[in-house]
Amino acid sequence: MISAHGFGDPGKMKEYHYTGPVEHRFSPYAFNGGTVLAVAGEDFAIVASDTRLSEGYSIHSRDSPKCYKLTDTTVIGCSGFHGDCLTLTKIIDARLKMYKHSNNKSMTSGAIAAMLSTILYGRRFFPYYVYNIIGGLDEHGKGAVYSFDPVGSYQRDTYKAGGSASAMLQPLLDNQIGFKNMEGVQHVPLTRDKAVQLVKDVFISAAERDVYTGDALRVCVITKEGINEQTIPLRKD
Amino acid sequence: MALQELCNFQDIFQDSITTLCSSVPFGRKTGCDYVSGLPFSNRTNLFNFFTPVAEYLDESPIQFGQISTIQSSSAISSQDSILSSLAVPTSLPLASSQSVPLPFPMSHGTTTLAFMFQGGVLAAADTRSSCSGLVACPASQKILPIHSHLVGTTSGTSADCALWKRILARELRLYQLRHGRRLSTSGAAKLLSHMLHPFKGTELCVAATLCGWDGGEVDGGAKTDLSGRRETTKSQMTDLEKTSLAETKTQSSASITGGQQCSARKRVSLSGPSLCYVCSDGTRLQGALFSVGSGSPYAYSILDQGVRWGLTVDEATSIAREAVYRATHRDAYSGNCVDVYHISSKGWIRRSREDLKEEYYREKERQERRERQDVTPPE
Repeated sequence: MISAHGFGDPGKMKEYHYTGPVEHRFSPYAFNGGTVLAVAGEDFAIVASDTRLSEGYSIHSRDSPKCYKLTDTTVIGCSGFHGDCLTLTKIIDARLKMYKHSNNKSMTSGAIAAMLSTILYGRRFFPYYVYNIIGGLDEHGKGAVYSFDPVGSYQRDTYKAGGSASAMLQPLLDNQIGFKNMEGVQHVPLTRDKAVQLVKDVFISAAERDVYTGDALRVCVITKEGINEQTIPLRKD
Repeated sequence: MALQELCNFQDIFQDSITTLCSSVPFGRKTGCDYVSGLPFSNRTNLFNFFTPVAEYLDESPIQFGQISTIQSSSAISSQDSILSSLAVPTSLPLASSQSVPLPFPMSHGTTTLAFMFQGGVLAAADTRSSCSGLVACPASQKILPIHSHLVGTTSGTSADCALWKRILARELRLYQLRHGRRLSTSGAAKLLSHMLHPFKGTELCVAATLCGWDGGEVDGGAKTDLSGRRETTKSQMTDLEKTSLAETKTQSSASITGGQQCSARKRVSLSGPSLCYVCSDGTRLQGALFSVGSGSPYAYSILDQGVRWGLTVDEATSIAREAVYRATHRDAYSGNCVDVYHISSKGWIRRSREDLKEEYYREKERQERRERQDVTPPE
């Protein structure tokens, strides 16, 4: 936690020559890496994350998935600073229970997204360093993905990648799921099996090029029957 | 419980008991529905922000609120104050500086514009939300409807804009319920400006233009206005309401018809399109034409050339589109699509979002045709 690495932009090279005396302060944030992805289909949603927990040059754990089940129809993926991820998911769980007890029903995905936005903004001046993506089914049974920034700005998408490899994965998803930047291609709606296969391929590519992504991939497929989880190994180096 | 202390949990729980238990999901918005049920707010304590105990009170005023997200040279609260702040997260004074430098950038950069003309108010914006070099979202919504006759364009940090618009929408709805009439655009601008004032000096960044149609229909509006006023005399009133009521009472005669005539006269003069610019640094301006954001200089040049009071709706729409298109062409932080909203006496109407990529190709074709025409005559 005391390393200054989590301080600047993750991924930027540290300067190795002497630039003068540098004052090191305690930073309450650290960057633990990891990538999260969510895809919404016609009647399903997929939330996937890698399971590597790293800090600086070390790997703390190879089995720390970043998808957390909230309700029977919603899964959240959180990447960034692991401490804030844990606290945030505890707060969300507690708020879900409170809602269930006072309203006698579970929160819908849209409601969870709106609530998370206000939770994150409540810490506007000392933010949770977490990139969240919520995936689930909305009230009509259609897939829904809500993506957030660390201070609570959110919107509903069809697909979104977040975390350390997000800049690499998002263009690939734009092309393969959104059919963008291609000419003369037929827009085929995404089936569940094709989507799962695409997610696996996308993470394999991410593990190749991003040092913070790897070890294993946890895929949660949300349908009206329930949440189905699979774990697929990725490269461990 | 440690978790309760850590996360302001008790406050949230208490607040949710005192406020109404109906929480409307964010997505459901008809003409007059408003988002309600923000859990961390009640009448006395609108905002329950957790802020770290900063040493800003000891710092010199010049360093107050100066945030450096890049280097470690800015003053950071020491380990002691961080630990003490984690142990006692009570609601601290709102105007405290960001003492912890953020490890991530926030979204900025945009082109939004709005202008008045004889057909109402037109607002247009691009849809790119960028985050220090990366396009965080190519399809964000920068024009947010607040109620059926008021729309706000947003510029600055998108989280700030989205949340403050929600709070403004809630406050306007409460005003409407208490006073029986909609608050005017300049009133809404004043409200927003005063709500943002405690955060002056922090890195909150909101630059919004509120575009609305005030007053509504003269005949129907006056009647409901009067009935609303009668109701408010029975209910509790604040000082402001009392003085405004006293004013109108002294102006009008005791009879209701006299009051109706007076209010009708008042309504006509105050109704119509209205445009206000509000900024988180405290600026509040009323005007006929505004453009905000990193692409605003390019938009201003197009707008100054073409905007007149007598434009038709189609002409105004095409000027607004053209201005955003030119700005997106030249400004790196603006791009993707353009949203156009038109506010008239009947409310706001949204044109379908248009991808500017197509416009760019059409422009290229037009240029090629023009070049070919230039080449052929001399021959």
